[in-house]
Amino acid sequence: MNAFQDSASSGREPAPDPALQILIVGGGIAAQSAAEALRERTTDAVITMVCEEPRLPWDRVSLSHLLIDGGEAEELQLRPSTWYEDHDVTVRTGVRVEALDTAFRTATLSDGTTLTWDRCILATGSDALMPPIPGIEQEGVVAFRSPEDCEAIQAAADGGRPAAVIGGGLLGLEAARGIAARGAKVTVVHLMDRLMERQLDANAAALLAPAMEELDVEVLLSKSTTQITGARGRVTGLEFADGTSLEADLVVMAIGIKSRTDLAKAAGLEVERGIVVDDRLQTSAPGVYAVGECAQHRGMVYGIVAPIHDQTQVAADAVLDDPAARYDGSILSAKLKIMGVDLVSIGAAEGSGATVENREERSYRKLIVENGKLVGAVLMGDIKGHELLLDKVRTAHEVDDALALLAEASQASAADLPDTAQVCNCNGVCKGEIVQAIQDHDLGSTAEVVARTRAGAGCGTCKPLVKEILLDVRGGKVDENTYLCACLKQTREECASAIREGGLESVSEVAAACGTGRECGGCNPALAYLVSEVNGNRHREERHARYINDRVHGNIQKDGTFSVVPRMKGGKTTADELRRIADAADKYDIQTIKVTGGQRIDLLGVKKEDLPAIWEDLGMASGMAYAKSVRTVKTCVGSDHCRFGLDDSMGTGIELEGMLEGLYTPAKVKLGVTGCPRNCAEAYIKDIGLVAIEGGWEVYVGGAGGTEVRKGDLLCTVATKDEAISAAITFLQYYRETADYKERTYTYMENRGLEAIQAVVFDEEEGAALRERFHLAQAAAIQDPWLERRKPVVANQFSELDTDAPVYGLAPVAGDDVVAAQHAEPTMAAASDQLAITYSEPATDPTTGSTDR
Amino acid sequence: MIPAEIAAAATDLASAGWLKVGTVHDIPELEGRRTTIDGHKVAVFRLLDGFAAIDAECPHKRGPLQDGLVADGCVTCPLHDRRIDLETGDVIGHEGEGVAVHEVHVVGDDLWVRLATAVV
Ligand SMILES: Cc1cc2nc3c(=O)[nH]c(=O)nc-3n(C[C@H](O)[C@H](O)[C@H](O)COP(=O)(O)OP(=O)(O)OC[C@H]3O[C@@H](n4cnc5c(N)ncnc54)[C@H](O)[C@@H]3O)c2cc1C
Ligand code: HEM
Ligand code: SF4
Ligand code: FES
Repeated sequence: MNAFQDSASSGREPAPDPALQILIVGGGIAAQSAAEALRERTTDAVITMVCEEPRLPWDRVSLSHLLIDGGEAEELQLRPSTWYEDHDVTVRTGVRVEALDTAFRTATLSDGTTLTWDRCILATGSDALMPPIPGIEQEGVVAFRSPEDCEAIQAAADGGRPAAVIGGGLLGLEAARGIAARGAKVTVVHLMDRLMERQLDANAAALLAPAMEELDVEVLLSKSTTQITGARGRVTGLEFADGTSLEADLVVMAIGIKSRTDLAKAAGLEVERGIVVDDRLQTSAPGVYAVGECAQHRGMVYGIVAPIHDQTQVAADAVLDDPAARYDGSILSAKLKIMGVDLVSIGAAEGSGATVENREERSYRKLIVENGKLVGAVLMGDIKGHELLLDKVRTAHEVDDALALLAEASQASAADLPDTAQVCNCNGVCKGEIVQAIQDHDLGSTAEVVARTRAGAGCGTCKPLVKEILLDVRGGKVDENTYLCACLKQTREECASAIREGGLESVSEVAAACGTGRECGGCNPALAYLVSEVNGNRHREERHARYINDRVHGNIQKDGTFSVVPRMKGGKTTADELRRIADAADKYDIQTIKVTGGQRIDLLGVKKEDLPAIWEDLGMASGMAYAKSVRTVKTCVGSDHCRFGLDDSMGTGIELEGMLEGLYTPAKVKLGVTGCPRNCAEAYIKDIGLVAIEGGWEVYVGGAGGTEVRKGDLLCTVATKDEAISAAITFLQYYRETADYKERTYTYMENRGLEAIQAVVFDEEEGAALRERFHLAQAAAIQDPWLERRKPVVANQFSELDTDAPVYGLAPVAGDDVVAAQHAEPTMAAASDQLAITYSEPATDPTTGSTDR
Repeated sequence: MIPAEIAAAATDLASAGWLKVGTVHDIPELEGRRTTIDGHKVAVFRLLDGFAAIDAECPHKRGPLQDGLVADGCVTCPLHDRRIDLETGDVIGHEGEGVAVHEVHVVGDDLWVRLATAVV
């Protein structure tokens, strides 16, 4: 240790104490925040975190993401695994602290080991409150707190049966919204006569209930549940005190939290609702502290994140014996994270002050003033300026004219916020810290600011403001480039120029040229796209850099089988194709045959080894439904049959799909062509949508109909179908060349702006150059990857070691006519030798498994 | 090695509990393939400098690990992206979770695998 040498050489100071051993019990937001606060202050202390959950600390606030989009808690991890190594914090996941001995300062863990500590921080959090309602123990009654709860809710909601959520607070509403988003009927049952009564006054609550109902969430107020009914141990519904009842196959309890105090209680600490702490966050045992939802300070147990960060700052000071450490409590503020319902409540909700209501826009803004000081705000519908108001409540701002302050708040821009204003409530980051970080570290993009300051890394609702601050600090000079991957430390554009200038043709070459020496593998698929795009598809294919989906041209399913979606341009098929599909479904024992949203047919449950054979039997081209690529062009019947049809949408869609077939893109691209503005093919919400109008066509880009619904931006209005197609491919090529990997067109449009894109796409020279590169790329693209059944990149691409899969790629077999017809299409002049262009011959020496020429 | 030596080595290996699962040509570089030994599914990977074998089923939800992306001495499960260290079998970031690591041996062109003693 350096300190030892220093003192020895100077001979003045006594030998230092051995490093302070700090134990953090728990692995939630509070535990993580405590570890970070400690590490900001000392690099000497030995920090150990013991966490019962089998995963590193993750962001519980974003649990709804898991519910709505699926996915894994690991995707919500607060810090990457390397953080713990880099900051010398030992984390033991999947281990519980069973007992604490505050006299001998030891902890007994569930794996039988014992730890000694000098200081202990309890961050054990809470459990969902499960009141003793008769029937609550039945299957189908769950909380909304853990990833496991989410899985249970998902499974039930996806069954389509009705669900009930007990509790009309923030959590209950979020859970209900998540269930509704998964398509199940859901009712919120609330004991009080209005929603969120603790955060909202009656007026705001009255606007909230209809807003929820618009999101397909039923609201039942003044209902006291007396019984959860069931049959054979499974829940069937609820009975209420007023004699009414409700049918429900799933009941989510969201009425509150119960601090986890057992460990503290058994150790003899003072416990009431939570573990009692003083103003230094110290419990009744010296050296033992508590933070987060397990702690009770001045009678308050907080159930939100912002106070946690206030607490851990003070606790870290106290643990390190700073006499000035003192916590005075936090201002409560809540923001509803439901898209389409903007709602913020700060501090007190009831009282007098000023109110501005706009019934038409369904907005309601109220300030509460007490003794001339601002003590609270309720903002519904229009939440502009809430950061400013939170700051003014925190500082007990003097208010003479509350209406003027409301007006000021609604005009507030990032520049007007004081440095003390909290921007990110999840991670407790103030504007001042963000500005400082941007200046100190010369940050140039929102992503860098988020990564360094953590602002925006929680629920993400503050990201737009973070960006605004960045723009303000940098005087508008923001480059939104983000590193393509942490292991590369280069942006997409930098990698692309390296490829261009170095004539790089494969992922390995790019990784060697741009990497930091350690490829993480996570970015390989992104590099594979980039290297193919820059080389106009004349690259050297390395299969190991692709996801399994792109190696075997099917979508991997949860049981390891694959799905097969043949191309059906424009959603138009023939009796003959349908017959072949039906025969193949019989022959290969297809588990499920599903008509997709993209107007084609999905055959699910095909074994990897069977893929080449089923493709052969189908004799159709790959729909590339598994890849980041052009997926489908959805069409309506249009003028061929429809009495409203203004032009031939079906024919146009089929032509367009033929031109785009086989092109990889940064993220999936779905198109639509519709015969009139009635929009039966949903072209307005497609990545690219063509709409026939009286006397011409409109081209929309950047539409979305997924988690987010966005109408596309009108790129242009043109007179002819050919012009519309030309605009579409020019845009597509520009997107292919400039979007980040996985950046869908709707974020792309938002990040770049319609006008900037129009300026390039409709510039005569640039537009022509884009179209030329499009045609080059397309000529070299593999129109039908399923042809690899005859000429696989590696002979055993589809076989395992333990299967006797036949080796494909020998003589052409039946169904050749389809392929021949495809090759004859004019746009595919180069297609006859496409395999030779992009894929080299299977290597003569198969041991290398690579495709070197 | 000359064929006679390979044959002799094979007899030795077989009697020591090894099983020939294929040849080195069966697995392309940085890819994996599944094999079955005594009913136990094993994923065998070809790395830049040799081979590795682990249980084929991901401890999370039984994802087929042989279909994962291989890089930096790890395989990433194709279903939900858990990263598994091919040397230790540990799931990165999930202490306590892991898969068994099996032995691989190359004789001539032949690929031999022996199950880790724990699972035999
Ligand atoms: C769906 C949902 C949405 C939310 N939305 C918001 C929001 O929008 N804004 C907001 O501010 N807040 C929100 N919250 C609240 C916020 O998530 C919590 O306040 C916060 O996560 C509490 O963190 P914590 O670390 O105190 O407790 P926890 O997250 O409960 O963490 C405690 C951890 O300690 C572990 N542990 C407990 N006992 C032991 C032991 N003996 N040994 C080892 N480990 C142990 C537990 O397993 C757990 O991992 C939301 C909560 C939920 C559930
Ligand atoms: C791994 C995740 C996903 C898989 C496996 C998947 C799979 C599919 C498939 C196979 C189709 C049919 C498309 C076709 O015929 O080509 C489809 C359609 C669709 N998907 Fe997904 N999808 C996924 C994620 C998403 C996400 C995240 C969104 C929303 C953001 C989304 C929105 C849609 C929509 C709106 C359609 C209908 C398209 C249309 O009508 O043209 N999907 N999906
Ligand atoms: S969008 Fe218009 S043309 Fe197409 S089917 Fe609907 S009504 Fe007919
Ligand atoms: S099954 Fe492997 S990560 Fe989920």
